[in-house]
Amino acid sequence: MTSEHLLRELAPQVLGAVARRFRDFASAEDAVQEAMIAACTQWPKDGIPDNPRGWLIQVASRRMTDQVRSEIARRQRETAVARDEEATAPTVDIESDMDPDDTLILLFMCCHPALTSSSAIALTLRAVGGLATAEIANAFLVPEATMAQRISRAKQNIKTSGVPFRLPFPHERAERLPAVLHVLYLIFNEGYASSVGAHLQRLDLAREAIRLTRCAKTLLPDDAEIAGLLALMLLTDARRAARTGPDEELISLTKQDRTLWDRVEISEGIEFLTAALSKGSVGLYQLQAAIAAVHDEAARAEDTDWPQILALYELLKRVSPSPMVTLNHAIAAAMVHGPSKGLELLRTLDTDARLAGHYRLDAVRAHLLEMIGDYESAIKHYRIAAGRTTSVPEQNYLMTQAARLDDNTKGADKKTAAPFRGHDPTQ
Amino acid sequence: MKYILMMNTMRAGQGVPKWPTKDLQAHIAFMKDLNKDLRESGELVAAEGLSFPNEAKLVRAGKDCAPITDGVFPESKEFLAGFWIVDVESPGRAYEIAAKASAAPGPGGAPLNMPIEVRPVMSGPPPEML
Repeated sequence: MTSEHLLRELAPQVLGAVARRFRDFASAEDAVQEAMIAACTQWPKDGIPDNPRGWLIQVASRRMTDQVRSEIARRQRETAVARDEEATAPTVDIESDMDPDDTLILLFMCCHPALTSSSAIALTLRAVGGLATAEIANAFLVPEATMAQRISRAKQNIKTSGVPFRLPFPHERAERLPAVLHVLYLIFNEGYASSVGAHLQRLDLAREAIRLTRCAKTLLPDDAEIAGLLALMLLTDARRAARTGPDEELISLTKQDRTLWDRVEISEGIEFLTAALSKGSVGLYQLQAAIAAVHDEAARAEDTDWPQILALYELLKRVSPSPMVTLNHAIAAAMVHGPSKGLELLRTLDTDARLAGHYRLDAVRAHLLEMIGDYESAIKHYRIAAGRTTSVPEQNYLMTQAARLDDNTKGADKKTAAPFRGHDPTQ
Repeated sequence: MKYILMMNTMRAGQGVPKWPTKDLQAHIAFMKDLNKDLRESGELVAAEGLSFPNEAKLVRAGKDCAPITDGVFPESKEFLAGFWIVDVESPGRAYEIAAKASAAPGPGGAPLNMPIEVRPVMSGPPPEML
């Protein structure tokens, strides 16, 4: 393991230990960053110490103690308080630091529902992921100063909210876990959705999300939804290499070269999913993972077991109803019962305010209209969708779909229009 | 010195270009290459494409600062479609880049010759004061 990887691995453990001992998250974070910087300059010179975690905790604790001492000295100068206050400066005890729960506490704290999701994401990547502010800023394409401010505000919010630095009680944990899973899911999505185009030099957020979720799974091995989420990430990430073409254009699931799919990730994902499903309570991440698994198991697009996917979407609709689920359910229904059935289901979404003006509704409608052969309406809806998406690769994809249909229908023979070859419901 | 290159195109209501596939793809490839070249030359500070005008709203503060929004602007002839911020050695280089972007291929592969507004970015004190 390189020292960079080692530091990233150790950062949350060290931060957890120091924050727990000094009961001050914001200062602990600064002290741990200083210890990390010290390690970056000293380790390459002197070699990695025998107990790197102990080394980091000691350096960070010394910084904290110095800070507490200088704070006390300042107060003494100002108010001449009794000397015995120095006794409140905590002592360092390396051997009692090895509490694996510290990382878990950090995770719960950073994914606190009191924080906005953008703050929670940034703080989680920094504190639990051990990433530098510059790396996180780069991943989200915002200036470093902006990200630093976002992180420091998040820390301030935690401080003022009075969240105690301890593991939530079991009943709180059940309540808070969805927020943790959601933050991890958002990190993955951010990485996966933007893993095209000009951003190759960006930090790989999808990989980071997988790493963090793996870590969460180790800490809470009995939770079926964490395992489900990890399975979902692996089963989706497995298709990454096939998802874009040589010019970084999006390739829909049905047209992907399936030999490029990562078999190791697929089998690992299926293994986690199978174990999770056997635990009984089936949640939304397990269901989404199951849908991803059905796609991954089809050797060719035409081998896809659509009836099974349809059944899974029906379950998902019951467990976690949302307009996005209905949208994907409509696609699965179209694949099983024909496009008219899909279009019928889409009409139920026309009055849904949560989806009003969302490009995905027009994109799916366009696909289904193409499927029934109404090319003129399909072109219209592809273009509406292209005008509404905020993703450049997606926009290029949708404009190209419209142009392709337009080329074909303008040709002498309308029958030459490219046949519908399915839609990627998970993209 | 930094310049903003503002690409004005597409009148309100026109929306998504209705070009044949190969012309559309040529245009997309051209813009990608341009950005890649600017990144590689170390001149690109930022580049953003903006959504089509049908998503645009005009906002003014009303009573108690509550936002009053207005729909699409039918009277506007041109729209800001996207912009680049470049950090270049001379104004001439900024104009050169703008001219290149302006000649992006349109229908039939013919250059669009879009108007690109080039303006210096106010970026701190002049060098001699540092």
